Amino acid sequence: MRSRSAQTMIYWLMRAFTYFVLIVIAYIIFDIIRNGMPVLSWEFLTESPRKSGAEGGILPAIVGTLLLVLGTMAAALPLGMASAIYLSEYAKRGRFTEMLRLAILTLAGVPSIVFGLFGLGLFVLFLNFGASIIAGSLTLACMVLPTIIVSSEEALQGVPQSLREGSLALGATKWETIRKNVLPYAIPGMMTGSILGIGRAAGETAPILLTVAAFYLPGLPDSIFDQVMALPYHLYVLATQHPSADLVRPMQYGTALVLMILVMTVNLAAVLIRSRMRKKYRW
Amino acid sequence: MVVTELKAIKVETKVRVRNTDFYYGSEQALYGINIDVPARQVTALIGPSGCGKSTFLRTLNRMNDIIDGTRLVGEVMIDGEDIYNENTDVVALRKKVGMVFQKSNPFPKSIFDNIAYGPRLHGITNKDELTAIVEKSLIRAALWDEVKDRLHKSALDLSGGQQQRMCIARALAVEPQVLLLDEPASALDPRSTARVEELITELRKDLTILIVTHNMQQAGRISDFTSFFYEGRQIEFGPTKRIFTNPGEKKTEDYITGRFG
Repeated sequence: MRSRSAQTMIYWLMRAFTYFVLIVIAYIIFDIIRNGMPVLSWEFLTESPRKSGAEGGILPAIVGTLLLVLGTMAAALPLGMASAIYLSEYAKRGRFTEMLRLAILTLAGVPSIVFGLFGLGLFVLFLNFGASIIAGSLTLACMVLPTIIVSSEEALQGVPQSLREGSLALGATKWETIRKNVLPYAIPGMMTGSILGIGRAAGETAPILLTVAAFYLPGLPDSIFDQVMALPYHLYVLATQHPSADLVRPMQYGTALVLMILVMTVNLAAVLIRSRMRKKYRW
Repeated sequence: MVVTELKAIKVETKVRVRNTDFYYGSEQALYGINIDVPARQVTALIGPSGCGKSTFLRTLNRMNDIIDGTRLVGEVMIDGEDIYNENTDVVALRKKVGMVFQKSNPFPKSIFDNIAYGPRLHGITNKDELTAIVEKSLIRAALWDEVKDRLHKSALDLSGGQQQRMCIARALAVEPQVLLLDEPASALDPRSTARVEELITELRKDLTILIVTHNMQQAGRISDFTSFFYEGRQIEFGPTKRIFTNPGEKKTEDYITGRFG
């Protein structure tokens, strides 16, 4: 009897904690929508900021963030997937591979400002890209690589060994087996994990602060060696650096709302890819 | 004694294994295996779990290569060629020596694409040619009538027994000369098992078949020769009839009569 009431209590306690977390998230989202919606207009989305962000829109920041996301994908997806294929399919189990894995996990735990500093040192200064889209994308790519590698490797490991054996037994080489009878089934999972990682990168401020983001830049970039504005950094500037931060509060909320919608769209895309492909391949 | 028995019924040898040891890392799994597998006959490999019969089967198409740290010492000859020679083309070997696994492993593709997988690997791209191969392979595997109207549906929708026969058809599509079957019917119901057994008897006309089985009745029904493995060693090899009626070794007799295993 006593243990049963303890059970019930623990159950409700756990449940209450879970609801508390949900309430906090719901409140944040609600608050951003409530305060952001009023400024959300065609003008806000398609015009450049005026009077250092107090008026006008945030188009350069939206374009900048989209370009950074694309650049990050272009750099990180091939590299991360190739590493995952190597680790999952080729690497022999041993001390070296274990160290490699440990290094990747460590990389995942490095604070983003450190990645920013690394990007500043390597891409901006040493490789002389300057503060630019390419420097920012590569920095963000470094940051999301561990996520991409780990989730891609999991997706590859999810493909049953019997499919590899079946292919090899028919006279396929290892690479033919990977290309024709492993990757097609693993790609959806690899994409999902990778896109979720990149979605997170879209909202990062510290790495782009040091490598690409411009304080104020009314025009759109011409090349990947140009600087751009970006949503997270624009938000930071409006909220803390603006001479009259209180007055531009609605603009801050509008920017936050756009950033949130953008990241959620990316995540939704990942979830959709996964559920569509799950129906196609099952074993 | 093995040799005289074979000579008596005049069969050529397809696979000749001499003094073969096999290791998983430092653990030895096979000890001094000697066996002459006769061509176009069914040879059953029997023995208790973990006796090395599956490991032995997988040495014949070098499937053990994919496991890190495995090592083979000795000679494994197919048609007089040492398949562990460093010049061996493993791809060509596996085309010649097909394999069907214990658990059916249909690829998550259509039936057609499953069967055409092997031929496509080996360079056949012509649609008509592929269609002909698919039909022929399914007919040989006695599955054609059941699936001819749904070749482009997923192979995963087939029943367990059909899946296993499709895997046999897939192996046949690359025209192997030797077929290795690793307990192909152990996961099937009696009716499906009977169909697979009929199929094996039919295929025996053109193919050299080695089958690992735990089922003594099955070995007795479908095989011409039987090899008994125990703790990594081959205890006895001979015509199935003789092994089952008049085993030369006490261990063989005990196993066949169900006293252990």
